Amino acid sequence: MKPPPFDYHGPVTLGEALDVLAEAGPGGKVLAGGQSLIPLLNMRLAAPAHIVDVNRVPGLDGIEAGPEGVRVGALARHAAVERSPGAAAALPLLRQALRLVAHPVIRNRGTVVGSLVHADPAAEMPAVLALLGGSVRLASRDGEREVPAAEFFTGPMESALRPGELALSAFFPALPPRSGTAFYEVARRHGDYAVAGVAAAVTLDEDLRVAAARVACVSVGPVPVVVDVTSACGPGPAAAAGWEAVAGAVQDRVDPEGDIHATAEYRRHLTGVLAARALRDAALAARGEES
Amino acid sequence: MNETRHHVTLTVNGVVREATVPGRRLLSDCLRHDLGLTGTHVGCEHGVCGACTVLLDGEPVRSCLTFAVTADGHEITTVEGLARDGGLSPVQRAFTERHALQCGFCTPGFLCTVTAFLRDNPVPTEEEALEAVAGNLCRCTGYQNILKAVHRAAELQAEEGR
Repeated sequence: MKPPPFDYHGPVTLGEALDVLAEAGPGGKVLAGGQSLIPLLNMRLAAPAHIVDVNRVPGLDGIEAGPEGVRVGALARHAAVERSPGAAAALPLLRQALRLVAHPVIRNRGTVVGSLVHADPAAEMPAVLALLGGSVRLASRDGEREVPAAEFFTGPMESALRPGELALSAFFPALPPRSGTAFYEVARRHGDYAVAGVAAAVTLDEDLRVAAARVACVSVGPVPVVVDVTSACGPGPAAAAGWEAVAGAVQDRVDPEGDIHATAEYRRHLTGVLAARALRDAALAARGEES
Repeated sequence: MNETRHHVTLTVNGVVREATVPGRRLLSDCLRHDLGLTGTHVGCEHGVCGACTVLLDGEPVRSCLTFAVTADGHEITTVEGLARDGGLSPVQRAFTERHALQCGFCTPGFLCTVTAFLRDNPVPTEEEALEAVAGNLCRCTGYQNILKAVHRAAELQAEEGR
């Protein structure tokens, strides 16, 4: 249970970090919070030749919240984003999701951007980014690019990040007025990986009918599974929507696999139950009511 | 293979300590083997059990999921640093009073976690206390006495006006 040997690099500027990553190529791995990477190293499931520790690079821990949304820097810890009043005001879904990420002690060290790059299909933050249609800004020695969530998550534990690139920040766009969100999951123990989980966002029109409704499901596919259920909600008032029937449409769209924790059928069942609950509460929040 | 070694300076329990370690040295192993502070226990070594929890700049972290080189220049508090003025801290006394340990292997992690938790939340609810210790595994006690100790520690701290 000790990490394999690697060359350690501790750059102190962004330019230096990108130079080291460029030279390391496919053998380079960025270390930020390390709460996913170091377990993989300890268990010898990963053996990168170079570890590029960006913890000393200044200016990467920003959390910028505004009416447009929230931009989170590469070194912003889960706990810092969870506690940020600005982030909570701009996008309540962030705090709803972050409280489900592992345990508080892990959140003190782990980073939001690191969770996105790790791209675990059981993780909460990729689902949030996918649900909101956010993006990740990647930097290399050759320049920067902004990759939308739909293109960023390419498979289980796989992202669009290329060798030599550093994920600088992620942008979580705010929702329109009269929107509400909720995130529910079922785990064997609080803080464990979710057996199933659903994030929901519902936006109402001026007559309080559903104008848009989406869910993102975790642990039921290779990447977060986003389902637009707006048409399934029907033209009536949101207060009278049949959320169980809408959730049935979500169940039909996921393709879970079974493992020692849960069968595929049980995951599908949970996804339906959690989708109905999350959509109902998101619609209540959109009307300004507590669930 | 000859690994490059890095010089690190850590302020551990208020004392400046130095070590020369390979990049892959876990903070838990640095504390135990390089600095001889064996109060920090190592259980699962992949972040699940919480036995190795220490305070890094005051915040509880898993020392098995942190490299010693990353902690260079930072402050660490281990279980050895919790006692003050020659006596046990309120959290340590509460664990003793409420019989919150049996074999004691997990206890250093619980003490560090609970110390930071009560600093941030001096009057926790039952549910908050339960969630605070949910990331630390104890296979002896069944947690009931640990939860009692969390609340007792809160009382002791309040009585002592901190």
